[in-house]
Amino acid sequence: MATDAKEGGQELVFHPMDQFIVKPLFGDGPVGLFTVTNVTFWMVLTVLAIVGLLVLGTSGRATIPNRTQSVAELAYGFIRKMVEDVAGKDALPYFPYIMTLFMFIVFSNFLGLIPGAFTTTSHIAVTAVLAMLVFVAVTVIGFVKHGAGFLGLFWVGAAPLPLRPILAVIEVISYFVRPVSHSIRLAGNMMAGHAVIKVFAAFAPLVLISTGIGLVVTPLSILAITAIYALEMLVAFIQAYVFTILTCVYLKDALHPAH
Amino acid sequence: MATETHDAAGSTSACVDAGGGAIGMPQLCPDWMGNQIFWLVVTLVVIFFILSRIALPRIAAVLAERQGTITNDLAAAEDLKVKAQEAEEAYEKALADARSKANEIIAEAKAEIKAEQDEAAKKADAQIAEKAAESEKAIAEIRASALENVETVAKDTAKELVAAMGQKADTAAIDKAVAARLKG
Amino acid sequence: MEGDIAQMGQFIGAGLASVGMGGAAVGVGNVVGNFLSGALRNPSAAAGQTATMFIGIAFAEALGIFSFLVALLLMFAV
Repeated sequence: MATDAKEGGQELVFHPMDQFIVKPLFGDGPVGLFTVTNVTFWMVLTVLAIVGLLVLGTSGRATIPNRTQSVAELAYGFIRKMVEDVAGKDALPYFPYIMTLFMFIVFSNFLGLIPGAFTTTSHIAVTAVLAMLVFVAVTVIGFVKHGAGFLGLFWVGAAPLPLRPILAVIEVISYFVRPVSHSIRLAGNMMAGHAVIKVFAAFAPLVLISTGIGLVVTPLSILAITAIYALEMLVAFIQAYVFTILTCVYLKDALHPAH
Repeated sequence: MATETHDAAGSTSACVDAGGGAIGMPQLCPDWMGNQIFWLVVTLVVIFFILSRIALPRIAAVLAERQGTITNDLAAAEDLKVKAQEAEEAYEKALADARSKANEIIAEAKAEIKAEQDEAAKKADAQIAEKAAESEKAIAEIRASALENVETVAKDTAKELVAAMGQKADTAAIDKAVAARLKG
Repeated sequence: MEGDIAQMGQFIGAGLASVGMGGAAVGVGNVVGNFLSGALRNPSAAAGQTATMFIGIAFAEALGIFSFLVALLLMFAV
């Protein structure tokens, strides 16, 4: 790799994956189940940010809202409308959990964009738990609400009869692939963006090593970091939105399984 | 890539090499997953309770209250609008009343004036007629007296003429002649 | 220098896997482009279908992310 470029004792740093390492916050011990790590730190920060926006921001209870309160109300109205439009009125009891998901993901994504931050949602372990919770909850809700009728989700009534068993197999497979794609989409997007930024960041100090090619590469890579960063801001929101809206879609399937 | 550095001295995890760099993908390191999952669940539970107990009911209440205020304000505005319309109608009615009354008064005054004028004209006509009759009479008198005078003057003149001619005037004959002349 | 052939194989494989992301790019562009051409024909119906568009984008993009993941796995995990 580019690490061979040595000049004046300096080495080009090129470790795009180092930013995802889980470290204990205090001391150097091993990472056990309850160890306070950087994961804990950034998750606590996420909770604090959510509290700041949704609890402290609305503490005025003003009829004419200030800026923070309007943002909180905007978020509330946005997710509530999404749940109502996509999953239907009878999905509103699940609105608090969907709101929890959205707020957690959107704040983790944006806090992760702070330079030097640790992005909790870039870890498959985290997103897999989020997706599995949704998957298990949706399956349980489907069977509780409709009993065996929930299996009608896999039996496409609109298709010609000979095709239906084949379609049923495909539907079952796609149903079980849901949590996989649901979790990997979020983690992959986050990881990809951050790794790409890191790769460009590694090229940025090239001018310190070699003034020849560095004069061209350094400005280009700084420009690229800026552009990718802007894209990541968009991705951070869109992935939270997509995760939430897919949760709503799955919930709709559980509440109204008929095709 | 670097799987051979697993047993590096000083590393606290199988996924970190001696220099603190990542071995492979940190996302796939099984040592860290339990920790992440534990803290994620704690975080989710905390957020869920904060949202469902404090934040969401509060925002819902604020939104409902605002909706109520807006509805009330709209109703009040509607009320005021109706009132304003009523006031405008009353004003228009008063204006129309005043106008019709004014027209009435004008018509009355016109009629009065006309009647007065008519009477005055009649009176004037009568006076004029009276005066005309009087004048006629005076003229007739004057004319009669004038004729009489003419007769007298003619008789006198004739007498004088006859006298001037040196003859003795016969008064009766002269009177008869003058009368005949005047009649002719 | 031992293991160099295997490493070369890894890197070539990672590069090949990255090509799959181009397919995701085409897919996402296709989704948004078609949405836009439909939305320009009937702008009044567009607002209600933005959510559907984002779901479509998510599905198209997920497959590109899978290929990216394969590339990353080849680079760092194998």
